Amino acid sequence: MSMQTNFVTPVAQLKAYASTAGVAIAIPSHGEPGERSRAVASPRDLRTEPGPIRFVVIALAVSFLTVFVVLPLVVVFASAFSKGISAYFAALAEPEALSAIKLTLLVAAISVGLNLVFGVIAAWAIAKFDFRGKTFLITLIDLPFSVSPVISGLVFVLLFGAQGYWGSWLQAHNIHILFAVPGIALATIFVTFPFVARSLIPLMQEQGTQEEEAAISLGASGLQTFFRVTLPNIKWGLLYGVLLCNARAMGEFGAVSVVSGHIRGETNTMPLLVEILYNEYQFVASFAIASLLAMLALITLVVKAVLERRLDEGQIPRNDPGDH
Amino acid sequence: MTIEVKNIVKRFGAFAALDNVDLKVGKGELLALLGPSGSGKTTLLRIIAGLDWPDAGEVRIDGEDALGHGASERHVGFVFQHYALFRHMTVFENVAFGLRVQPRAVRKDEAKIRARVKELLDLVQLDWLANRYPSQLSGGQRQRIALARALAIEPRILLLDEPFGALDAKVRKELRQWLRSLHSEIHVTSIFVTHDQEEALEVANRVVVMDKGRIEQIGTPGDVYDNPATAFVHGFIGESIVLPVEVSGGSVRLAGRPLNIAADGAAAGASKLFVRRHDMQIGPAGTGSLEGAVRHVRSFGPIQRAEIALSGGEGKTVIEIDAPRDRELQAGEIISLQPRRYRIFAAKE
Repeated sequence: MSMQTNFVTPVAQLKAYASTAGVAIAIPSHGEPGERSRAVASPRDLRTEPGPIRFVVIALAVSFLTVFVVLPLVVVFASAFSKGISAYFAALAEPEALSAIKLTLLVAAISVGLNLVFGVIAAWAIAKFDFRGKTFLITLIDLPFSVSPVISGLVFVLLFGAQGYWGSWLQAHNIHILFAVPGIALATIFVTFPFVARSLIPLMQEQGTQEEEAAISLGASGLQTFFRVTLPNIKWGLLYGVLLCNARAMGEFGAVSVVSGHIRGETNTMPLLVEILYNEYQFVASFAIASLLAMLALITLVVKAVLERRLDEGQIPRNDPGDH
Repeated sequence: MTIEVKNIVKRFGAFAALDNVDLKVGKGELLALLGPSGSGKTTLLRIIAGLDWPDAGEVRIDGEDALGHGASERHVGFVFQHYALFRHMTVFENVAFGLRVQPRAVRKDEAKIRARVKELLDLVQLDWLANRYPSQLSGGQRQRIALARALAIEPRILLLDEPFGALDAKVRKELRQWLRSLHSEIHVTSIFVTHDQEEALEVANRVVVMDKGRIEQIGTPGDVYDNPATAFVHGFIGESIVLPVEVSGGSVRLAGRPLNIAADGAAAGASKLFVRRHDMQIGPAGTGSLEGAVRHVRSFGPIQRAEIALSGGEGKTVIEIDAPRDRELQAGEIISLQPRRYRIFAAKE
């Protein structure tokens, strides 16, 4: 492929991003056993280690996972149900909780929707065209990952806050961005932007532009080419990016905390409400909301595993055999 | 349909991929663009298809200016080197694609589309694969499906980019013959790009030899083989023996010794003598222009291929000749050689 390939294999890349995705209870990556044995050029395979060593290593890994991953998960659900099932559902039925759930869903819908469009456009531009400043654009897409979420939130305070650049103008026109839904959505969009673009770029780069060229030479218009050829080819990668984007959008705390203003029943998202309730010693309510987020994480993990398998399968059927 | 290309220039940065190329392709021709990689042949094909745009020049398809139209409006069938089949569609849907994306006003109804696809799959003899996916096909099958897909839109012209490049030798040979017979059946004006001279000579009616963005020669396969216009063509097509010679006053000298051949009007100065391997007449020592010792002989089929170390000069020049087997050569034997047919080109490089 003549096109520049800044990325390793798409799936390895995606997995790397998945671990930064802040999926609340991400199981630490075990590393690729295949890769490791290839990297170590020793004739002795790792699996030929003597039994006791193997046992110790596995026991260490399992106990680590138990203490740091399984136990907290169990605690979340145990605390949520500690006063019984009715208390659990009563906590979720509180107007404040319902408002937080609604707000979270709304913000996730807005940011996932917009990032879906922006992500596809950015990935398309990067993967299918050559232009000046492409490397810079790729780096820029990564920015939200490398910046602390608190800074991401502060940026919007500086822009839209009462003392910010556009603050007085916004106030004069009675437009509320900060401490309202638009601000929360903006901060979430910023933080979650890379997921869709990043999951598509390596995939689209690998697929190249030949199928699109074929479609055009067969008389297809630009839109027909996109919906009939490009989109079907990237659908699993796109779903993967959307999934991670959604998990992060619902779970985002730092950036949202800065711009939300914590107005009860109005601008608290689920993660914010969890903290507030916890600080007020309402443990059942707090953990009930947390259990919803934990369930979201578990569902995300399962779907992610399914999608990864799809993506791995997608690697095999290619048009050109590797032997040219 | 005819194709006319006038003064096409295409640059990639400082590199001139096409340097003032002119070409006319007649109705129903099967034309080969032949050249080494980087000669601009694929770029020319892509410009005709509308997948690339020239910096200057004209492209006319059937007399009509093509550069005013995008690839999707040119009605040009294009077959890609790596097939570019739609991986998420069945073979049937791949072939049907061009019919399904037509504007509603001219689109055929479903029954007609099905009939047409069936007809095309029959044409490429792969109707039994209709429900498979491209990943389940062999390279040769994919190539034929790609061709059927390109033909579905009833293209005015058919362009094939290294159509057999990614296939193994045996399948290549079969597909070549198949393409030629297919062309004589459907008779659509076709251009195919190849770097394989054998393929070009065997399949095409006319061959365009390209190098470094320029056309070196256009002619029938017989023409370009027997009467190469330039040193490049002589060296690129067919196996040639190349000897550095000096032309002066109508005589040709190799390392100072005159050869018993006419200069044929070649300009005086340092030149190159090109002789086909099979155009060297073998005789007993002392009867020809050149003399040498047989170092090694391999015989296969009707010919024997001998490695001859030429004597005289530095005595290090080793050439390979093909001779009929009516007179078996022995290693160590001293023989003389006389070029039967040859060409002399001025030495540029």
